[in-house]
Amino acid sequence: MDANRSSRIRKRLTRWGLNIALFLAMAIICLPGLWIVLNSLRPTVEIMAKPPVWIPHELNFDAYVAMFSGVGSGGIPVIAYFRNSIIIAVTSTVIALAIGMAGGYAFARYRFRGKSGWFLGLMLTRTVPGIALSLPLFFIYAKLGIIDTHFGLILAYVAMNVPFTVWLIDGFFRQVPRDLAEAAQIDGCTRWQAFWTVEFPLARPGIASAGIFAFLTAWNEFALASQLTRSTNSKTLPVGLLDYTAEFTIDWRGMCALAVVMIVPALALTYAVQKHLVSGLTAGAVKG
Amino acid sequence: MKPWRLSPHILLLLPAVLVLLAVVILPLILSFWSSLTPFRLTRPDSIYDFVGLRNYARLMGDGQFWSAFGRTVLLLTVALNLEMLLGLGLALLIERASRGQRILRTLLMFPMMFSPVLVGFQFKFMFNDNVGLVNNALQSLGLTNSAIPWLIDQHLAFFSIVVAEIWSSTSVFAIFILAGLMAMPRDPLEAARVDGCTPWQTFRFVTWPFLMPFAFIAMTIRSLDVARAYDIIKIMTDGGPARRTEVLWTLIARTGYADSKMGMANAMAYVAILLSILFTVIFFRKLAQSREQIAAEW
Repeated sequence: MDANRSSRIRKRLTRWGLNIALFLAMAIICLPGLWIVLNSLRPTVEIMAKPPVWIPHELNFDAYVAMFSGVGSGGIPVIAYFRNSIIIAVTSTVIALAIGMAGGYAFARYRFRGKSGWFLGLMLTRTVPGIALSLPLFFIYAKLGIIDTHFGLILAYVAMNVPFTVWLIDGFFRQVPRDLAEAAQIDGCTRWQAFWTVEFPLARPGIASAGIFAFLTAWNEFALASQLTRSTNSKTLPVGLLDYTAEFTIDWRGMCALAVVMIVPALALTYAVQKHLVSGLTAGAVKG
Repeated sequence: MKPWRLSPHILLLLPAVLVLLAVVILPLILSFWSSLTPFRLTRPDSIYDFVGLRNYARLMGDGQFWSAFGRTVLLLTVALNLEMLLGLGLALLIERASRGQRILRTLLMFPMMFSPVLVGFQFKFMFNDNVGLVNNALQSLGLTNSAIPWLIDQHLAFFSIVVAEIWSSTSVFAIFILAGLMAMPRDPLEAARVDGCTPWQTFRFVTWPFLMPFAFIAMTIRSLDVARAYDIIKIMTDGGPARRTEVLWTLIARTGYADSKMGMANAMAYVAILLSILFTVIFFRKLAQSREQIAAEW
């Protein structure tokens, strides 16, 4: 009887302990982001206050207004950066998806010699650190005159994203049973028609999430962009973030506001595809 | 003579291979050549001046380079292992939560959306010795009166960088391990309980082997992209103060762009590339191994 009760109490205690641990972990994951949002709404005096002000006295959108009001009045050319980021990320994503779909389909549906070797080789190109790749790219781009252009960055990001989109899309095509396309071909479709009418629609959610992944990589990239861009012609948002730093001071409030602008599109997109993302990457995990 | 045609898989792979050849392989060949010259951006002719392995030989005797190299390996080892452990713990915690799993999983994705630059700034802000969240909290709670120099002291700065790195990437591990937990068949677990395994034994000999491929997928994805840490470090300390948190990548950027010693920087870059490839190949092989083991057992 007594042993029964003490074991029940111990069980309840561990359950509470584990719940508290989970809560703490989630708080640590969420707090930094909320802190950024909060500070983008507070006046600078309050951010700098000593002793610290924990409960904000006033919240306003001054930082956002200043940011969007252009270079003259304390802002940065955020609209130009935003436009560059969108153009570069979207274009490079579309191209990387087209190339990745072809490559992923080849890996999922065809047998050929040295397949795993090719796959590994493709992946290894992704391991080259951005900063190491930027040295020769900088030199070549300077010779070709495509430094500080959209084209240059798009090209670099396509190459960055291709290995990963191939991996993801390969996983999704492998989940689509081979028989379906074969049945369509027996019914008189060409291989091309069978692909577009049977296999592509089934793999579409996966392809969409590969696209989002590629978009986020391009949207967030810094090491290459910081060297291959010079001006508002092609600077992207992550590089633009540095505009808020001077030699010894940083405009924390403005930076937080720009951070929020950067995060919102990424948040919306990731939320939209979160379900498919993991299943694509783990598709081959157990079946191999 | 029959007309020569490319087989379809080659045709399909061709665009990927061409792009990677043009944007990655060719530049790497160029950078390998320039690592054999004393090339400087300010003197373009110096790229034709072949000096053999002199840059590499100089690197071998360069204390600064080796300490950056050691620090990089240390950072990667510490960060990846901790991320794996914490991610595993987090995934197990979420898996046993009875309610709100969907919401928890969505929150888990949160740090993944943050650009590494943003993570750098965010933690630079929070660890700021004057206005940062961490010091403010410690002082308000009365734990300390002094402003702890998180980003200025050598060890504290390294610690801060590791914290930022872990914050940004633990959820990758948690998400994949969670996916593994969800996909796991229940029967072996029940069989283990019937056979009288303790919870620890069940985890060690039933759950963990099944989760391994998922953990190694996360590892592989992370190792494909370890150099993202450059962005974080560049923003938080830029290798400073006085090079005390210098890693390979910040050293490359400094040598190549600030000192414009491109030849030397390219030699360092090759060492960094080999290091990344080594990490990735290790995890790819472990992934293949654990897959085979699973396939044999289940």
